[in-house]
Amino acid sequence: MRGAPERPTGEGVNIRFDKLGVVIAAIAAYAGFLAPFATFRANRIVPGQARSILEALPATTAALLLAIIVAAALIALFRTPLVLRLAASVVTLVALALLIGVAGTFLTPAGNTFARVSPASGFWILIFAFTLLLADVLTRLNLSPLARVGVLVVAALAISLLLMSGSWDNLSILKEYFNRADSFWAEGSKHVTLALGSLAAAVIVGLPLGIFCHRVERLRAGVLNVLNIIQTIPSIALFGLLIAPLGWVATHVPGAAALGIRGIGTAPAFVALFLYSLLPVVANTVVGLAGVPRAANDAARGMGMTDRQRLFGVEFPLAFPVILTGIRIVLVQNIGLATIAALIGGGGFGVFVFQGVGQTAMDLVLLGAVPTVALAFAAAIILDAVIEMTATKRRVETA
Amino acid sequence: MIEIEGITKRYDATTVVDDVSMVIEPRTVCVIVGTSGSGKTTLLRMINRLVEPTAGIIKLDGADNRSVPGYELRRSIGYAIQGHGLFPHRTVAQNIATVPVLLGWDKDRIKARVDELMTLYQLDPQAYGPRYPHELSGGQQQRVGVARALAAEPNVLLMDEPFGALDPIIRTKAQEDLLAIQKRFGTTIILVTHDMEEAVHMGDKIAVMDAGKLVQYAKPAEILANPASSFVETLVGASERPFRLLSLGRVRDAVEIGSAEGEAIPGDASQRDALAELLWSGRPALPVKGTDGKPLGRITVDGLVKRAARPA
Repeated sequence: MRGAPERPTGEGVNIRFDKLGVVIAAIAAYAGFLAPFATFRANRIVPGQARSILEALPATTAALLLAIIVAAALIALFRTPLVLRLAASVVTLVALALLIGVAGTFLTPAGNTFARVSPASGFWILIFAFTLLLADVLTRLNLSPLARVGVLVVAALAISLLLMSGSWDNLSILKEYFNRADSFWAEGSKHVTLALGSLAAAVIVGLPLGIFCHRVERLRAGVLNVLNIIQTIPSIALFGLLIAPLGWVATHVPGAAALGIRGIGTAPAFVALFLYSLLPVVANTVVGLAGVPRAANDAARGMGMTDRQRLFGVEFPLAFPVILTGIRIVLVQNIGLATIAALIGGGGFGVFVFQGVGQTAMDLVLLGAVPTVALAFAAAIILDAVIEMTATKRRVETA
Repeated sequence: MIEIEGITKRYDATTVVDDVSMVIEPRTVCVIVGTSGSGKTTLLRMINRLVEPTAGIIKLDGADNRSVPGYELRRSIGYAIQGHGLFPHRTVAQNIATVPVLLGWDKDRIKARVDELMTLYQLDPQAYGPRYPHELSGGQQQRVGVARALAAEPNVLLMDEPFGALDPIIRTKAQEDLLAIQKRFGTTIILVTHDMEEAVHMGDKIAVMDAGKLVQYAKPAEILANPASSFVETLVGASERPFRLLSLGRVRDAVEIGSAEGEAIPGDASQRDALAELLWSGRPALPVKGTDGKPLGRITVDGLVKRAARPA
């Protein structure tokens, strides 16, 4: 990379700042020295007391953590080699992850099962700052799609190891988890089933609908407008709107109730997520098919392909990366939206979020929110990698 | 033989092709020329039924082209278009193999045919077969497009401005290649263009279309000498006429007895090129040599000027 023109010699060391690094260092300085690292509460619902790094950790450990943060912030601040920046971000993130667990143990009085220790704003901001640094390094390293998925797997394994090692067991979010271990996994699988199931249904219906809209131009504007309007209905309103018709179906269609179709519960949540998913799938199918070069389509017909051969042999493969982008939007959107399904008894991680809000227990809210964000994040990385691989396959193969 | 009988195509109120009748002899090149919107492309696309006519019949070797389903008909007719229309997600070899695969040829036969065509078009099958279209130059892409159209050994090849996207030097080469391959396989070619130069150069017969009507259908020399209407005359270009007429003849046919000084002109060069060489070198005459290099005689400015005059 070429920077500013070199100054003549004799002017001393040429110090250059990294633009993003300046921001990261400023955030880290604030979070490390001014913001609270952990919150201590006598029980799960009373207001907490802030604890800085120095208060939350044994003296030597606290000094070590501050030293790591300062060193990493300096590495981020100046233009330094990528490997060094990678090491700085990883070391800091690992140290933060390990030491928040130590803070949990350190701050909890021995034998007290009511006291709660949770990460406070300083911890979250530090995590954010050094994740930003890590993301920046990974972007600059220009990793291949497979390597990015590999990084994701390594991160997931590291977090699982930390969870299993028990070093976080004294943190309040895990205490909430231990109280609800069974329902956590049940709601988790319900959450994933809702998000993936509605996506699958949207693809099964949306792809043919998109192809249909592409072929019959008169339908296109109408269908897309209807889907657009559905997209603008607030999710809670849509759940409400679905109660009456689904309730009617449950009582009047034989066998519907046995299938689990009711005015509230999983069925309306599933239908609502499905409806929200249709627009991105249909719209991206239409856009993808419209982007197929005219000449290729004309040649395909002129060569004697039937409509079906042309669809599966030419149009669909060429539109596939765009369609996949629509599926990615839907998956990430559904993982987030499925949280709201809990409002009408649809289950999912939202159950913990709304229980937590109801009890003003923020740790419980986090127990629902953190896995949701992690799932959406992982889904985005994996699908981005798949999209890049399908789009560049024809280029890479012969490179 | 292709017989077009009273073909008409109407879209709502507009008549795009208006009662066109013509016969295209087998193993010849027929060039349909006209301005844009003249209906030439529509006429071409009605031959392989990419467009269905409103009225009239097209017969291929005596059989109505509606006697088989459209897609089956199109597999038996070659089709090459401007901008080549190669499939970007398929390799060069897969592109060329398109119609043979549709016809269900066995693998060995397809590979043999693809290799044959690529070799014919000076593309090494080993090096270029596994590449993707975007990795080729414009000229190479065009050659692959024509090779793909010829893959299933069709008797008839339809071409819609196949050389339109090429630069002049590559275009001339592509035209020569096509004529050579047409002679080799005896394919009947129907080629649409708006370029009269290309029409005169390529066509055994030229069909001039204007506003959906077939204005004149004749040999190039006849079109140049006796344009049927003022439109044809404009299309031919008054200032270009004598040179186009000369471009139809070979030097060997204009040789006079005698000898001359200077660089010899090959006997199979066009008379137009010979005239250009004479004018440029400033000589009244130049020697002519045969393909074996032996002198055939000479060619003169006066002789060529007489030949460039309007035929009686």
